[in-house]
Amino acid sequence: MMSRRRAIAVASPVPFVSASASAAWELNMTPGVTEVSQSVYSLHMTIFWICVIIGIVVFGVMFWSIFNHRKSKGAKPAQFHESTTVEIIWTVIPFLILIGMAIPATGTLVKMYDASEADMDIKITGYQWKWRYEYLNQDVNFFSNLATSQDQIYNRDDKGEHYLLEVDEPLVLPINQKIRFLVTSADVIHSWWVPSLAVKRDAIPGYVREAWTVIKEPGIYRGQCAELCGKDHGFMPVVVKAVPQEEYQEWLLAKQELARQEYELKNKQWTMEELVARGEKSYASNCAVCHQANGAGLPPTFPALAGSGIVKGPVEKHAEVVLHGVSGTAMQAFGAQLSEVDIAAIVTYERNAWGNKMGDMITPQQVAELKNK
Amino acid sequence: MSAVLGADAHHHHGPAKGFKRWLFTTNHKDIGTMYLWFSFAMFLIGGTMALVIRAELFEPGMQIVHPEFFNQMTTMHGLIMVFGAVMPAFVGLANWLIPMMVGAPDMALPRMNNWSFWILPFAFAMLLSTLLMEGGGPNFGWTFYAPLSTTYAPASVNYFIFAVHMMGISSIMGAINVIATILNMRAPGMTLMKMPLFVWTWLITAFLLIAVMPVLAGAVTMMLMDINFGTSFFKAEGGGDPVLFQHVFWFFGHPEVYIMILPAFGVASQIIPTFSRKPLFGYPSMVYATASIAILSFVVWAHHMFTVGIPLAGELFFMYATMLIAVPTGVKVFNWVSTMFRGSLTFETPMLFAVAFVILFTIGGFSGLMLAIAPADFQYHDTYFVVAHFHYVLVPGAIFSIFAATYYWLPKWCGNMYDETLGKVHFWMSFIGLNMTFFPMHFVGLAGMPRRIPDYALQFADFNQISSVGAFVFGTTQLLFLFIVIKCIRGGKKATAQVWEGADGLEWTLPSPAPYHSFSEPPTVK
Ligand code: HEM
Ligand SMILES: [Cu+2]
Repeated sequence: MMSRRRAIAVASPVPFVSASASAAWELNMTPGVTEVSQSVYSLHMTIFWICVIIGIVVFGVMFWSIFNHRKSKGAKPAQFHESTTVEIIWTVIPFLILIGMAIPATGTLVKMYDASEADMDIKITGYQWKWRYEYLNQDVNFFSNLATSQDQIYNRDDKGEHYLLEVDEPLVLPINQKIRFLVTSADVIHSWWVPSLAVKRDAIPGYVREAWTVIKEPGIYRGQCAELCGKDHGFMPVVVKAVPQEEYQEWLLAKQELARQEYELKNKQWTMEELVARGEKSYASNCAVCHQANGAGLPPTFPALAGSGIVKGPVEKHAEVVLHGVSGTAMQAFGAQLSEVDIAAIVTYERNAWGNKMGDMITPQQVAELKNK
Repeated sequence: MSAVLGADAHHHHGPAKGFKRWLFTTNHKDIGTMYLWFSFAMFLIGGTMALVIRAELFEPGMQIVHPEFFNQMTTMHGLIMVFGAVMPAFVGLANWLIPMMVGAPDMALPRMNNWSFWILPFAFAMLLSTLLMEGGGPNFGWTFYAPLSTTYAPASVNYFIFAVHMMGISSIMGAINVIATILNMRAPGMTLMKMPLFVWTWLITAFLLIAVMPVLAGAVTMMLMDINFGTSFFKAEGGGDPVLFQHVFWFFGHPEVYIMILPAFGVASQIIPTFSRKPLFGYPSMVYATASIAILSFVVWAHHMFTVGIPLAGELFFMYATMLIAVPTGVKVFNWVSTMFRGSLTFETPMLFAVAFVILFTIGGFSGLMLAIAPADFQYHDTYFVVAHFHYVLVPGAIFSIFAATYYWLPKWCGNMYDETLGKVHFWMSFIGLNMTFFPMHFVGLAGMPRRIPDYALQFADFNQISSVGAFVFGTTQLLFLFIVIKCIRGGKKATAQVWEGADGLEWTLPSPAPYHSFSEPPTVK
């Protein structure tokens, strides 16, 4: 146990967090890396010490009685049972303490609610069970999936250092910029939470809620979905990578370039082998959580795809189910989430995997036509 | 049918024989007994589910159950403990004790009493049967937030809704009965301000029940409509709002948590004076504090929703109101401590549980106060810190008070003393197990572990392991409780009428065991 804990402290990806701060993180709330998270931390510690002091007084009196006013020690019971004065005292004093506490809490809350004059906007959408990040007006958007392997989760492989707290693509953010998050959901309620930023905002389908942050230090900050959202609620982490402004700009440009290339792929002539190869990967990150890597699904909620009537039926029908989802079930409309290339690849892969030897394919162009129909 | 039996019972002045006694009984003691046994059975079933959860969380990785089943366990554990274990136990205590404490022969509405009990086994049989249905049982948490519990729910959700309706009807009938009994059947001279605190707290609880159970019924009915009849109360795509569900649920839910604790306050206020051999300190302020808690409990519900994004003014209002509720809660604790102060204390099992109740409930109150600070709640919300908070108020709060009450009044109920040594073993094992289970949850919660997850990151491993061991200690200890109670019912040292040296109240003027019909002639109250 000890060695594991030390390993985490030493290998901490955040060079600014000392080993002792990281050990404190084990027991207590993190002070975090924003002004807001630090005032939240100080509110937390203040109210904690207030409770400790009240506790010492109350339990002190109580244990004094427990030890000294025992019948076995010959204690004779007093008969007092009323005093309006003390009742008033112990109503008024706590009341005043609470007012003292409410004042700084109000200040911090007002600050947390002021999302105005942001430098940039990120739209965050919760999906069962992944996050989508859209850099508004920057033409960059992507999904962020759990990167921990099923083998680690099911104990067939050693667990890595960031077990369950690692993603395929983190949210990259610049430091010292006021970033506004617009949080929503595509299905059930999720909650986007990063402790180091003290941002926790429920993602509510059909509504957009705001939050904001200014990160003071570069680093990698990990969090998780905080609202029960179904089967894989425990498996949709949040990873934020905060970098200096220049590095962020470089990353953004590279990302935009990549998006352009992806877009070009749509017009390429794909062979079935290429589609199947790409489809296997996309299937693993988008479909396998429900339909399972071996296509067996988890009936009855998540049907099997191996031998499925739809997969072995006409290819257009199959692609339409993937594009538009099945309403009233957990099957989402992936047309809004994935590129035509990925949909074509996944459909082609499904038709030719796990003994579904259909031997046919669908091209990205055909998917685009179906989508616009 | 039951009319005939009622008349029949009058002739014999004793219980009918066999199974029919329990099926048709209108006797408050029989019905109280059935409620208590039912609640204990639910406690064991709900507890077993908790042990499944803790076994899975013993170490990182998925070992014994799948995430879908894990979610069903957390959901069912919560529902069964709240609606099946804690609430029926208090109704059972109310049945046994309220008539004896106010000097009445029985509850005011005995046939309704029978019915309100007998609904429960059917409601819970239906709820539990969903676990065997295709698609599994409820898996959306005991708070069943829409749309996870509507559009995305397993097919069995309709059975869940029906079961909740039945539990609600049962609770409302029980509450009506309590109010009617207390307001109409007190012995001459038993003025309201002379009533034992257990009676007072139950009177207030009963009003809370009548006020909020219909709200819960409304919430599940709206779900039923959304699922089956195409309405859109909670569906954004049809013009509804998922957050509406949370408002309605917590308007029920927060008073509900007080429904589970006010009778416990009553129990502690009976037991602590007895074993301190000193009258309860500040009786009138205890009554007023209970009433203020009950009233405030209607205006704090959104403290469960600090992160959904309600407007700033609302957020501030609910923060202040929640902080305010700590004041009357504090008054109660101070009064209990002052009752013990300069008393002549002994520590029989009921007192041990009652003192632990005061200490550990206060710890839960402290974490409640921390949670009330809205900005800090952004970090605490939906983590194990909240799990630690409500288990500290519910397990050593509600459950310990039920244990305390059982040990305290069991000699009156069955005429024998329980085994004091075993009672103390039960207390200490429960006390250690409970703190081992729930105290470390504060730490993992603050360190960032969300609640309701079947698997967790490696830095949470040590504390989770301790919690799991503690849970098994606590869980298995409860079998000892079962043994102690059965042993006591079957024999033991005969109890005197007063049972406890310092006990005061009408129930202690009756012989032990209390006769099947008590106070056919109203006693006089000085
Ligand atoms: C001093 C008095 C109390 C205060 C100020 C208080 C405050 C709070 C707050 C703010 C929350 C919401 C935390 C969150 O979800 O982020 C909460 C949760 C909760 N409290 Fe309390 N509380 C108090 C006493 C009690 C009592 C007496 C009970 C029950 C006997 C109770 C039971 C619960 C339960 C069950 C939850 C969690 C519900 C859930 O989300 O599943 N609390 N409390
Ligand atoms: Cu509450």
